[in-house]
Amino acid sequence: MKKLVLFIPLALFLGMGIFLYKGLFLNPQKLDSALEGKPIPAFQLEKLETPGEMITQEDLKGQVSLLNVWATWCPSCKYEHPFLMTLTRQKLVPIYGINYRDERAEAIRELRHQGDPYVLNIFDKDGRLGLDLGVYGAPETFLVDHQGIIRFRFAGPVDQRVWNETLYPMVKQLQQEAAAEAAASGQSSATGAAS
Amino acid sequence: MKPLNYLLAMILLCFSSLTLATPVDTYEFKSADNQKRALSLAHELRCPQCQNQNLIDSNSPVARDLRLEVYKMVDEGKSDDQIIEFMTTRYGDFVLYKPRMEGRTYALWLGPVILLLIGLTAGILFIRKQRSQPVEAADLTPEQQAELDALLKGDKPGVDNDHKGKKS
Repeated sequence: MKKLVLFIPLALFLGMGIFLYKGLFLNPQKLDSALEGKPIPAFQLEKLETPGEMITQEDLKGQVSLLNVWATWCPSCKYEHPFLMTLTRQKLVPIYGINYRDERAEAIRELRHQGDPYVLNIFDKDGRLGLDLGVYGAPETFLVDHQGIIRFRFAGPVDQRVWNETLYPMVKQLQQEAAAEAAASGQSSATGAAS
Repeated sequence: MKPLNYLLAMILLCFSSLTLATPVDTYEFKSADNQKRALSLAHELRCPQCQNQNLIDSNSPVARDLRLEVYKMVDEGKSDDQIIEFMTTRYGDFVLYKPRMEGRTYALWLGPVILLLIGLTAGILFIRKQRSQPVEAADLTPEQQAELDALLKGDKPGVDNDHKGKKS
């Protein structure tokens, strides 16, 4: 029994070792979003293409969607762009754009030349919405559920692999949740009408 | 380089890290007190884009915006807690250089103290045990005792000269 006590330092050392070893494989670039589980922050910003036309957080509600932060100055966004076009063609999920700290004319030109994958583009000139979303670089993609709650944030360019492995399973699940909820409320209103 | 110069250089190097990098923001504070508080807050908050720079040291656009946001909030009369709250609701606890005292961070805050206490107790117990045990006389055969006596007297014939020479 007394001998066992002598092994305590070794056990402590091994415990620390395992803990620190695991730390070696963490990605320090990846931050959890503090906004997961919270609604999209309130905002009122112009539509990118039409100055004067306002968009608020209410316009993004109603369906599972992606909220993609992009800019013309951001090389990774250019890399990501063709894949967003593919996603839009597949019509799996609507993508909303936040044009982040950008020049309006340049952004419009870029979309005209390269194609526009977005249902709607919010012009966040001074990055205020980005700040409220906790954006620290572009591109970043937020997965928003049908109630406008942010469920997941992905920092970095979305490509086929990220989509297949991370985003699409979550999108499918959220869409099922939304469908189930709609069915439940549809049923209750139907029975309500019948009675 | 002369050792003294070298030492001086090292000391200067140490102090150079203490000088504050002053960012070239054109921000007019309402008062010097506000400026002092805002700068110290911005020093304590980590830039979310960088890995280990505070808001003042970093040149990234996000750090610049957040820095100005902090300045503005200080001038608006917001408290430190409110400003830290603003930062953490957006960027999480990552931005805090000094983690908050809460459930998840008790181990972080109290761990060192507990380890120190464990170490001290173990040390004290060990010393006490050593003291309480009387030194027992070793069992020596008469020949060994005779050898020991001779050694203590310092005239053991077997001791080599080298050893002796060093002693004297």
